[in-house]
Amino acid sequence: MTQTHRMPLAEDVPDDALLKIDGATLSFGQVRALKDVTIHARRGEVTAIVGDNGAGKSTLIRCVSGVHTPDAGTIAFEGQTVNFRSPHDARAAGIETVHQNLALVEDLTVWQNLFLNREIVRGFGPIAFLNRRAMRVKAEEMVSTLAVNVPAVGSRVRRLSGGQRQAVSICRAAGFASKLIIMDEPTAALGVQETARVEELIMRLRSEGHAIILISHNFAQVLKLSDAVWVMRAGRCVAGRRTSETDGDEIVGLITGARPDDVPSAATS
Amino acid sequence: MPPATSPRTDVTHVARSDTGDPLWRKVIEPSNLANWAAPIALVVLAIVFQALNPTFLSLGNVESMLSAASILIVLAVGQTFVVATAGIDLSIASAMTFAAVIFGAVFQFGLIAAILAAIAAGLAVGLVNGLLIARGRITDFIVTLGTLSAASGMALIVADGKPKTIISAPLLKLSTGTVWIFGYAFLLAVVLALVAHVVLFHTRFGTYVLATGGNTEAASATGVSTARIKTAVYVISGLTAGLAAVLLVARVGAAEPASNTSFLLNSVAAVVLGGVSLFGGKATIVGPVIGALLLTALVNGLTLLGVSQFYQPLSVGIVVVLAAFLTRFQK
Repeated sequence: MTQTHRMPLAEDVPDDALLKIDGATLSFGQVRALKDVTIHARRGEVTAIVGDNGAGKSTLIRCVSGVHTPDAGTIAFEGQTVNFRSPHDARAAGIETVHQNLALVEDLTVWQNLFLNREIVRGFGPIAFLNRRAMRVKAEEMVSTLAVNVPAVGSRVRRLSGGQRQAVSICRAAGFASKLIIMDEPTAALGVQETARVEELIMRLRSEGHAIILISHNFAQVLKLSDAVWVMRAGRCVAGRRTSETDGDEIVGLITGARPDDVPSAATS
Repeated sequence: MPPATSPRTDVTHVARSDTGDPLWRKVIEPSNLANWAAPIALVVLAIVFQALNPTFLSLGNVESMLSAASILIVLAVGQTFVVATAGIDLSIASAMTFAAVIFGAVFQFGLIAAILAAIAAGLAVGLVNGLLIARGRITDFIVTLGTLSAASGMALIVADGKPKTIISAPLLKLSTGTVWIFGYAFLLAVVLALVAHVVLFHTRFGTYVLATGGNTEAASATGVSTARIKTAVYVISGLTAGLAAVLLVARVGAAEPASNTSFLLNSVAAVVLGGVSLFGGKATIVGPVIGALLLTALVNGLTLLGVSQFYQPLSVGIVVVLAAFLTRFQK
């Protein structure tokens, strides 16, 4: 980085960064899935993570959503170092994830999925019964405030189209006062119209002040939606850019390795 | 058939089937037929047997059918929880036998102690199953096949291979006492089924059971401890085996280390007849209860008609395979 005076994004961390991952490393047996990954996400922004298949994007966000625990490195959320042991811990901290495989239960209804592990109950001593009506009513509200085209909250997810399912997933992540929403390839399986609707939904969430981490293969989408982009290759985070200061060509070059990395790989190994 | 439906027609389809359509049309729709298989078959069976032998629907015979069904209802309720998580408990009948023998062994210390011991024995078998399957990550089929053998073996060891006569006035009352045509044992089974229904559909635990069976990955991604849920359903199944053991001892008047294989097959059959998906995630309690009544009515009717009892397992087998065939049309 000789010709440019600007600081590498990895060092340009604001004091009030929402999420800071520092030196995250994770191996599955012999496979080193993450190698010393350092990224951050700012409040109220869409932070994109791009990279080829197997670059470690999903593994990285699974560390944030509590599915994996890094072998080394720290994760700080809202300035506090966190150590999530399960997805439950991450959700309790205010991190919601829209998984690539959607994580919806097809045989349950829309409202049951929206409230999965967040059920409203009426307690009588140690015994608690589901307050089904309250959940249905609140689910209607959640769906209608996001103006998503989900038919009826009482219908089973099995009957919904791909876009409707994605909308339910995002709706679940956006509800419950979440502070950070992670979306793993939210439009990968969708048609053109449905993709447009989901993108609209992402922009609406950002305008409401939600911070979002977006994993995507779609560069046009990344450039359109995100405020910052991190590039991953072979388990390392090789570069970070403000979206306004980069373009599709540079991103592609960084993903494939045609352009020099921010951090020389020798320094990290 | 068009290859794919667009999202728009999908929406209208949902709206239509949620609101309009008379009940009978929903019932004969092939995708719903499996859910209604047990009630329809029960009605058909009642009409056929009544036509062939007018004593079939006499109050006395209905009473004896309901009493005879109570053990199977209890076991089917337990099996339903396991099947709802896409598992299967092959050891449920052996656990019942083991619990019955434990009942016999402890009976000298009093009836209450014997009942508690039987329930504890059932729970213990269920807990072993649950821990091996959920924590040990061994296939449910293999684990419960193992405990099937182990529990019946332990029953033989504890009882030294011999049945033990149990004489107890309260137990006699349990097996013979009635409120109108409803035997106490049957009422007990119905109360258990009601509790199970509330647990499955009106508690968080029930939702997690269905979520674990429907999509284990999704359930754990939302923070549900699926290993704990899987352990719990086998413990529930063991609990019902313990309760069923008490009903069995009351009915037979003895604690015997007999193999009760037909109870195992019939408990799975009742669950399948009740429209519960063997792939998990879809379950009711009322379905398996009706399934249990259907199987009992079938055997009772054949006996009334004087059909040799050698034909009974054959007929049960045919009915179960037919029910499983119907589930192919389930969506």
